[in-house]
Formats: sequence, structure tokens, C-alpha cells
Amino acid sequence: MAATMEASSVKPHVGKKKKPPKRYWDSSTEDNEQHTKKSSQDGESDFNEENVKETQESQNADDGQAYSISGSQDPFPGDAPIPEEKLKKFRRVEKSKGTSGLRSKLKEAIKRSEVESELAQKQAARFDLLLPEDAGFLEGDEGEDTCTISQDDIADAVDITSGAKYFNLHLSQFGPYRLDYSRAGRHLLLGGKQGHVTCIEWQTKNLMSEINVMETVNDVKWLHNEDMFAVAQKKWLHIYDSKGVELHCIRKFNDVLRMQFLPYHFLLATASATGFLQYLDVSVGKEVTAINAKLGRLSVMTQNPQNAIIHLGHPNGIVSLWSPNQKEPLVKMLCHQGAVRSVAVDKTGTYMVTSGLDKKLKVYDIRAFQPLQSYFLPAGASCLSLSHRGLLAAATGDIVQVYRDVWGTPVTKPYMAHRVRGGVSGLTYCPHEDVLGVGHSGGFTSMIVPGAGEPNFDAMDVNPLGTQKQKREWEVKALLEKIQPELICLDPTQLGKVDRASWQQRHEERVKALGYDPLAQDKFTPRMRKKGRSSSGAVEKRKKKVAHEDQRDVIRKTVEEKMEKEKEQKEKKVAAVGAKGQRSALDRFKK
Amino acid sequence: MKVKVLSRNPDDYVRETTRDIHRVPRNYDPTLHPFEVPREYTRALNATKLERVFAKPFVGSLDGHKDGINCMAKHSKSLSTLLSGACDGEVKLWNLTKRECFRTVPAHEGFVRGIVSRFCGTSFFTVGDDKTIKQWKMEPPGYGEQEEPMSTILGRAVFTGIDHHQTGETFATCGQTVDIWDEQRTSPIRSFSWGVDSFSCVRYNPVETELLASCASDRSIVLYDMREATPLKKVIMKLRSNTLCWNPMEAYYLTCSCEDYNLYTYDMRVLDQPVTVHMDHVSAVLDVDYSPTGREFVSASFDKTIRIFPKDSGHSREVYHTKRMQHVICVRWSADNKYILSGSDEMNIRLWKANASEKLGVLTPRERMTRDYNQKLREKFQHHPQVRRIARHRHLPHDIYKQRRELREMKDARRRKYVQPSFPFSCHCFPCPSG
Repeated sequence: MAATMEASSVKPHVGKKKKPPKRYWDSSTEDNEQHTKKSSQDGESDFNEENVKETQESQNADDGQAYSISGSQDPFPGDAPIPEEKLKKFRRVEKSKGTSGLRSKLKEAIKRSEVESELAQKQAARFDLLLPEDAGFLEGDEGEDTCTISQDDIADAVDITSGAKYFNLHLSQFGPYRLDYSRAGRHLLLGGKQGHVTCIEWQTKNLMSEINVMETVNDVKWLHNEDMFAVAQKKWLHIYDSKGVELHCIRKFNDVLRMQFLPYHFLLATASATGFLQYLDVSVGKEVTAINAKLGRLSVMTQNPQNAIIHLGHPNGIVSLWSPNQKEPLVKMLCHQGAVRSVAVDKTGTYMVTSGLDKKLKVYDIRAFQPLQSYFLPAGASCLSLSHRGLLAAATGDIVQVYRDVWGTPVTKPYMAHRVRGGVSGLTYCPHEDVLGVGHSGGFTSMIVPGAGEPNFDAMDVNPLGTQKQKREWEVKALLEKIQPELICLDPTQLGKVDRASWQQRHEERVKALGYDPLAQDKFTPRMRKKGRSSSGAVEKRKKKVAHEDQRDVIRKTVEEKMEKEKEQKEKKVAAVGAKGQRSALDRFKK
Repeated sequence: MKVKVLSRNPDDYVRETTRDIHRVPRNYDPTLHPFEVPREYTRALNATKLERVFAKPFVGSLDGHKDGINCMAKHSKSLSTLLSGACDGEVKLWNLTKRECFRTVPAHEGFVRGIVSRFCGTSFFTVGDDKTIKQWKMEPPGYGEQEEPMSTILGRAVFTGIDHHQTGETFATCGQTVDIWDEQRTSPIRSFSWGVDSFSCVRYNPVETELLASCASDRSIVLYDMREATPLKKVIMKLRSNTLCWNPMEAYYLTCSCEDYNLYTYDMRVLDQPVTVHMDHVSAVLDVDYSPTGREFVSASFDKTIRIFPKDSGHSREVYHTKRMQHVICVRWSADNKYILSGSDEMNIRLWKANASEKLGVLTPRERMTRDYNQKLREKFQHHPQVRRIARHRHLPHDIYKQRRELREMKDARRRKYVQPSFPFSCHCFPCPSG
């Protein structure tokens, strides 16, 4: 598709002898072409078609349009068109359907807010076209599978800085390793089972600290920034700073196996061998809740980044969803026939991928709680991880496989594959980078996975290249905006919606308080009439005429229905008799 | 093999020199910004709390009067000038920016009942208990000159209020009758009465400039047209109203402060029922003044507080009080919509901010943006119980708090007794007897 379009746009330039003077819109069309090329490689060809068509149309339909100062016609009159797909991406709310029953003031307010949100949506979509970076990609030659391309080949083919992102750390002594990247993606935390904990600025290979806690390490996790990390050790949960100094030993959290950090809530969720799911508020250092899951040892845990719900995998094949506000799971899903080995949720909070001891890999839609795909992996996946752009990394033994688009069409071949030096124990994508970190018994491997990371970061959210001052300011802002744990629920947009049930409740309360229903219809009061026709008797008579008017309607209706039914039955009977033929007088003696 | 891997050049993301501003690349993709609503809610909650923290409405007080302040008037041209009349017959002119008195006029014997600035701002009129109307120059007299009125009119009875026409050379006074005066004459060009003994307040309509409204002591509000010989309409209420004020933007609405602790907003065209009843005061309401935008008004009460009401809301959005402020007799909203001035029994004029948490002075663009953003957030989440609770909370003096509770209980008891839905009061509208 892209190739044909390129050809068509190149042709006219070849045949011409002299180029017309370059105008400002020429560069814009070139940009457009470039853009189409790039994004078509991403597989968004339909949008390009639209875009090109629209620009052509606008070129043709320029009669009767505004003229520029120099006198020539504007070749692109009006606003630049915005592709529908981009608009859809930024759509927050559906347009209200009917406002007919509403008060005019409310109607106005709804209309105004709709106009505003539409403008915001358009502006965001327009800005989206101007984003500077494009996502990475990997394409094989004719007949070449991308999964056969080795990491060394990729590292050779790309520039030096990117090539340096493929490296191995041989740490065979204290493995297998668990790992975690900081939110900005600059720092790497490694924790070996035998007690080796180290944090590295992995791009510069700068070692920040290295300690041995002389105890089993079950999991490691960065807290909200790269100044502090939590280590789940044999007995307690410990907090260290980036220099490796122990800050806290939290004795309320014992036998922790897995941890998740909820960055917007400043909560550290831990799952322990004793079957407890606990939440620690790291901004104030208090335990928020401790929930006994009552489903055995909790060694599989992940979070939904869109609504901060914790997903736990259990030995009986159940995946349960938890919020700190409820002692019972929000949802329990039976996903596998054996134990659940690993769970991953994608960045948009739409899909959940699970793998179990039954060697299956399943994809679920967790908004509708429905299975989408089920794959059979001969060796079964021990670790799963989903990248920002939806690449699934699955570790089977010592092989790491990366799949693309597992929830769409059924996938047969992996996108990439790589063998590491030992059994994989930790698998995490680096945020904002095309890098997959693999912790295994032989140390750590940083893999290049083109197309994994989100190319354009938002500096107001996380800034990997921020200065010290910006980071400090961010920390203060983030703490001010800390979301309370009570607000964690399945649908985070619920807070912005109208609570209809409570309106009803309020109305009832109002009726109770007032002693009457202010919205009810008025009682009928007969009009005053002269000439003695408003005597109390006459008034009563008139009142009786309209008394139980509404009830009468109902009664009338039911009676009519009844009559109709009877009529129908009668007709049926007559028809049945008619079918038998004429009744004779002797029929009554028949048996 | 074709391959591209993300590799960012730091030069594109970091500022070039230390004198440059920081680069902040944005990406508005919703998946990069999870928890939009809860985060906004948290921000709104913080904004609401900060608003309450910064709510320091009292700006300053002007002291110098030797008796209680009985009336005040805004200068019609100058924002920084205020005129006030006291119970000892003294009129003071204040410079609000310096917060000092620049002129004192011993105007009347007994109370100064009313004071008004002429529309051109060169002179002002006062009426007093000594049955005189005096016109004074706005400029102070030169060195060695006597403080003397430009003109003095001796009336037949005590005048209780005065208001000047918007553009013409006429003014209206009230006392035993409502009189229309020409500035050049010493007798009224027109006198209105409707079987009433006295009036307490008269106000010109700011838009239909020939229209007048007055409060009478027989519990009525009477409307007049200056061009006609007889009054237009009147409405009789349950209790007497003290003052009234026209809405300057929608000048068919008038609000009157009533002795029954409430304020009533009437539509001039339909006087049968008030448009809104504004409740919250716990004692008689003595004065009312609209903001120049016509969206809010301020009321002064005998219960030692002043309250700010949105024009169509039944309850106040703000209440101001201090330990030392006594019965507030008069109140004015400044012409720049930013300040409120209140004159009270204990000889002080107080200057308040109209918006309690507003930051005074010049705002930087970033400050302005933050303010606007926070305001929008507060507006968006105003109905959430947590936000509303914080936004509505006001500290009240103990006796006012107690009286409010008492009043509420009385009202509830009355409601329980008469379950039938009925309007809380009754009034009668009369057309003019003569047509």
C-alpha cells in the first residue's frame, strides 16, 4: 500500500524539467508523505488513505474560498482535517443522546461542556500528529523470520547507543535474579535470590550501590522514584535508599513473595507466603489494609495500571482481582486447569494474559471478563510481561519469546526469541525504551525489542531526562495529588459520573423531611362557581368526577384487555368447531 | 533486515543553556495519564481546602467617626472615595487606598439620614434629622474658607432617605412622602403618597431611569414613575422592609431587606410573588447592595454579620463577622466588584474582600492560570459531598449559630404542623387606585 502511494507521489517530479518555486505548503505535503510512510509501516494504512484523500479533495474544492494576501488561492482552505482514528483515541465520553426532558439551564450546561470537550479532543488529536518520535520496528528480508534474527545482529545494525542496550551481566553466584526498572526507565534494580541487591543506572552502566543482605531475597521494587527501593527478604520487608542504606524494616509485612507499587496512590502492595495481601502507604509509612486471600501461597501478582486493581494468581487456577477497600475479591476468574504461573495486564487495562501449569497461554478481556484467545505453549510460560505498545514477552525455561498482538488474530510465530544463560526468573520491559530486562539464574540480560516502548513520553507525568530540580518538583506535586486508597475501584471514571441511585434516595429523604412530595401532581381543587353552584355538596360531586382518575385509567385498560382476550378465545372456539363441521343435535350423545 | 530502535538524542529534550527555559515534551495519550478523574478530584479537594485556608476577607477598617455610621455612599466617578454619614450629623470623606479621612463636614444636627453622590461626582447631597437637604461640593474648601453647603433646602418634615437621578438634574427624597426635587428649586416638583405615614428608603431604577421604588412603614413596597402624578403599584408584605436595591444588570429585579430576617427579590413586572426568598440572617436585615455585575448582593444585618448572596440562591455563599463589629447599619459593594464596605454601630467602616480567598495585587500569568484552573476544578466537583462539606463550612459566633438552629427548629415545627405545601408567607399586590 505504502509503496504504491510513494510511486504516485514521486512520478510528476520525474517528468518535469523545471521545478516551480518552493512554497510553504510543499514542505507540508512532503511531511504528509513521510508521515504516511512511517505510519503505514506501523500498520495503520487505512488512516493514511483517508488523510491523502482528504488533502486531495481539499485541493480540488477550493473555489469560493478565502484568498491569501499575495492574491493566490489558499490550496488548503479551512482547518486541517483530523483523522477519525486519532479523534477516537482521545474520546472520553459519548455524546449525550437526548436532552429533551431536561431543564433548559442544564441543557445549556451540557451543550457547553460538550463543545469544550470536543475542542479539547480535536486539539489533542491535532497535537498527536506533531509528536517528534516514532516507534521502533523490526522487519525481516524476503522469507526471513524476525524471530531468527539474533540480538547480536540487531545490536550491530543499529547505532552505537542503541546497540549498547544489549548486554549481559554474568552473575552466576547469587542468582536467579528478580529485577525492576524505575518509572522513568533510567535505573535498574536487581535482586538475587541469595541476597545480592544492586542498583544500576543501566544506560551509562553506572553502579549506584551494591549490597548483600545475607538473606533470601524474594522480590525487589523501586518506590515512587529512584531514591528508595523495597526488598522482600526472607522474613521481613525492608526499605533501602539508593546508596544501599537500610531505612526501614517493616515487621508488619512478613514472608513477602511478590510486590507491586501503585505510583499514583503511593501504595506498595505485597503478597505473602501466608496468603495475605497487604497495602503499605509509603508516603506516611502506614499499613492501609491487610487482606487474607484464603487461597494459599501468593506467588503470582500483577497490577492493572489503569485502575490500580491487584491481580493475584492462585494454585487452583483462579485469578482474583483485589482492591484495598474490600475483604473479598472483586472478581474471581477460573483461568487455568492447573496452577496459575504468571499474569500480565496491558497498559490500557483492557487485556489480561495468563499462563498456567496446563501449558496454556490465555488472553482475557478484563472489561467484559471474557476469554479472547487461548494458545498452547509446549513448555509453558513461567514469566510474562507486556510492553507499553502491547508486545508480550513470555519466558519458557531459558528462552524468552516476544509475541506481537496476541489478542487480535491468533499468533503462530513469535516476533522475537532469545536464549539466556539460565532459567528465567524475572521479566520486565523498560518503560519508554525498546528494551526487555531478563533476570535469570546466570545473571541479567538486557534485550533489544524494537517497537516495545512508547516513543513519546510526557514530561508532566514522568520525565526520564528531567533535571534534579524538576524531579524534586515532580515529587512534591505527585505527593499533593496522591489518590486516596478508598478511590480504587474497577472503573476509575465512576467518580466523575452522576450517582443516580443516590438521587432517588435523596428524593425519598426530601419527601420524608417535607412530609409531602414536592414533585407530585397537585390535588384537584374545584373552581369557585357562583350562583350557589359551589355548595359543599356540589363541590364534592365535582371532586368525585375526577377522583381516582389515574386508577380508572388502569382499570379501564385491564378490562379492555380482558375483553379482548375473551373475544379471541371465543373466536378460537368457534373456529375450532367450524373446522370440525356443522354441529348436529346428536353430537351431545357422542363420547 | 530493517530495524529501528528508539534512541533519543538528549539534545532534543534538554535545554541548550542554563538561561533557557526547560523543555517539557507532552503527549496527551490517555493511556499515559491514568486515573484522570481521581487525580482531578484530589486536586479539586486540595484547591477547596486551600481556598478555605486563604479565606482572609478583612482588609482594613476606617475609624474616625464619633458616632455610629448611619449611611454610606460610593463616589460616582472615583473608585477610591467613600462618603459616610454618622449619627452625630458628621459626614466624612475617605480615601480608600490610603485608608484615611481627608475631609470632615459637620453637616446636620442629629442623624445624617441619607447621603448620595451626584452622577457627575462634583457634589453630593445629604439629608438629616434637622429637616434639611444640603448640597456640598466634593472638593474641600480652600484655606481659610468656611465649610459651607452649596445650597440648603428646608423641608416640612424629617427626610429619611435620598437618591439622585442617573443623568438628570432631579433627585428624590423620602420622609412622610416621596418627593421629587429639581436641583434648581426649593420646593418639590412632585410628591407621592399612598395613604402612608412614612417611607424609609427610595431608590431610582438604574436602567429605566424615571422609575423609583420605595419602602414604606406600612410594610409595603411602592413603585413610582416620575413622569406620572400617581404611584404605579405596591406590594404589601408581612413585615416592614428597611431598604431596597435594584439589580443593576437586570433592572426589573429589586431586592428588599426585610425585618423578618429575610431578603426578598421581586420581579417588578410580577409583584404577586417574590422570585426568591433569601434566608440565613438571624435578625432584621438593615441594608442591601448589589454588586456592579448584578450576580450577587451583600446584606447587612442587626445580627452583627454581613452576608453575600448569589442573586438567585436562597442561601448565602459567605458570611463575614468579627468580634468587634456591632450591628451593621449600612453596606456597599465597591464599583470595581472587588470590595465590600460595611458601616456599623461601633463607629467603624470596614473594608472586606468580596471574594474571601482572592489574592490582592498583580498576578503573574502562572498564578492566574493556577487560579483559573483551581476555580474550574472546584466548580466541576462542587457537588461531591467531601468537597461541598469543606467549601460550605463557615465559622459562626456561638449565639448566631444557636439562633440559626433555633430558627430552623421553629421552621421545621411549623412545617410539620401544616403539612400542606404552602408558600412561607403571603403578600397582596394592589394596582394603583387611580389606574
